[in-house]
Amino acid sequence: MVIEIRNIFDGIGAFILFIFRFFKELFKPPLELKEFIKQCYVIGYKSLPLVAITGFIMGLVLTLQSRPTLAEFGAESWLPGMVALSLIREIAPVITALICAGKVASGIGAELGSMKVTEQIDAMEVSAINPFKYLVVTRILAATLMIPLLVVFADGIGIFGGFVGYNIHSELNIIRYNSLVFETLGFVDIFPATIKTFFFGFFIGTIGCYMGFTASNGTESVGKAANSAVVYASLAIFIIDMLAVQLTDLIF
Amino acid sequence: MKKQTPIIEIKGLFKSFGKDKDVLRGVNINVNKGENLVVLGKSGSGKSITIKCLVRLVEADKGEIKVFGTELTNLAEDELNQVRLRIGFLFQNGALYDSMSVRENLAFPLQRHRPEFTDTQINIAIEETLESVGLIEAIDKMPSELSGGMRKRVGLARTLILKPEILLYDEPTTGLDTITSREISELIISIQMKFKTTSIIITHDMACAKFTSNRIVILRDGVVYTEGTYQDLEQSEDQWVRSFFI
Ligand SMILES: Nc1ncnc2c1ncn2[C@@H]1O[C@H](COP(=O)(O)OP(=O)(O)O)[C@@H](O)[C@H]1O
Ligand SMILES: [Mg+2]
Repeated sequence: MVIEIRNIFDGIGAFILFIFRFFKELFKPPLELKEFIKQCYVIGYKSLPLVAITGFIMGLVLTLQSRPTLAEFGAESWLPGMVALSLIREIAPVITALICAGKVASGIGAELGSMKVTEQIDAMEVSAINPFKYLVVTRILAATLMIPLLVVFADGIGIFGGFVGYNIHSELNIIRYNSLVFETLGFVDIFPATIKTFFFGFFIGTIGCYMGFTASNGTESVGKAANSAVVYASLAIFIIDMLAVQLTDLIF
Repeated sequence: MKKQTPIIEIKGLFKSFGKDKDVLRGVNINVNKGENLVVLGKSGSGKSITIKCLVRLVEADKGEIKVFGTELTNLAEDELNQVRLRIGFLFQNGALYDSMSVRENLAFPLQRHRPEFTDTQINIAIEETLESVGLIEAIDKMPSELSGGMRKRVGLARTLILKPEILLYDEPTTGLDTITSREISELIISIQMKFKTTSIIITHDMACAKFTSNRIVILRDGVVYTEGTYQDLEQSEDQWVRSFFI
């Protein structure tokens, strides 16, 4: 038990050092622009279909589920705004981030883990190429930038899903629907929710990289790296979300 | 023969993993310029760790490591990298970058370390190097399409492309059939002739050891147990040493 607790703290300590190392290497040359762009493509573009489908379903389902309650109060016209609000403030960021924890963090964990196990990372190091800079920094940066974009995309698709859901039972054209949505939304709804998605992205990238980069030798460690990447990234998302909500509550 | 200063000097090398896991306990190895040194030892005896200490992939606990007369232990990263560029390391399974084709695998170190090269020069260098390991036809294949022997050849080509003066081979023939093993052993010799390199070759394969070695050291319990030429050790009085040659 004592040893287990010590291991947890050792792990957290090593992870924090890993983050420090990221910031240290971030400003060192070379830039590794090509790899960064490639990672943006892999993390961002390749996740679009998945994020689109989940985003659409979230908007649709949320609308269908909330409708009866609002209808009871005769407040159906609030529906578009309410759905958009919950999507943008909470559901789209968290669900998209969780999807990305499953896809991106585990992908990075498995990729770097297998590179580690097959000595590709060592091979880079001995040919005087900084593997941390080339593999880790680029991926963390790409995730930090792409996850927010994916969330914005999910917001949009989710609102459209809400529109489709709304039109199953009653009719409203999209222009009117949108104006109902944007009447409700304010700076306080959009700004803090966007800021937190950068943190989601950062931690998805860092946890995936950390798990892969520090995988131990042996083939089974690749699976372990991918698995712990998903588990810890998902956990991190909830914790960040909780902190972000508390903080927003304090400030605004 | 004139006594020369060795190109690689390892003195009193210690390495342990945790308290009760002493892997190296005072290894001393010298390698002269142009020599092919074979390192034998049971698996887990610390052979790979020893050569990884030579490029500081693994940090030794204690001991001196001099390569080209430079003490590596406290070298800053930039200086260390200068030394690393003069050393080629062939990993056990080639360690090819999975996501890149053979051509890109070879281009990768070149683009970084010879920024003055034009694309044509890079392509010529890639083709020449692949030619010298006899694999020019694989140039546009992905690593996953290559056999074990081919992967090792490409791995070797990737280190050769930077024209290293020292080559470290980690079990170059392990996992290959006898014929391919033989081909790799021949390749090691032909590379040495062509590029005038100095090599440390870790192996279990006695045919390879016999074919490639100028001298053999055997590791046991974290120290160099004995050393000599293949013929010396084959005739050894020591039962344990002779057991390698059966
Ligand atoms: N990173 C590590 N952590 C703990 N033990 C290790 C590590 N790397 C190697 N070892 C141990 O060191 C010993 C020697 O390893 P190695 O040099 O790879 O042996 P070999 O002679 O077969 O190449 C092995 O028993 C191995 O378990
Ligand atoms: Mg080994």
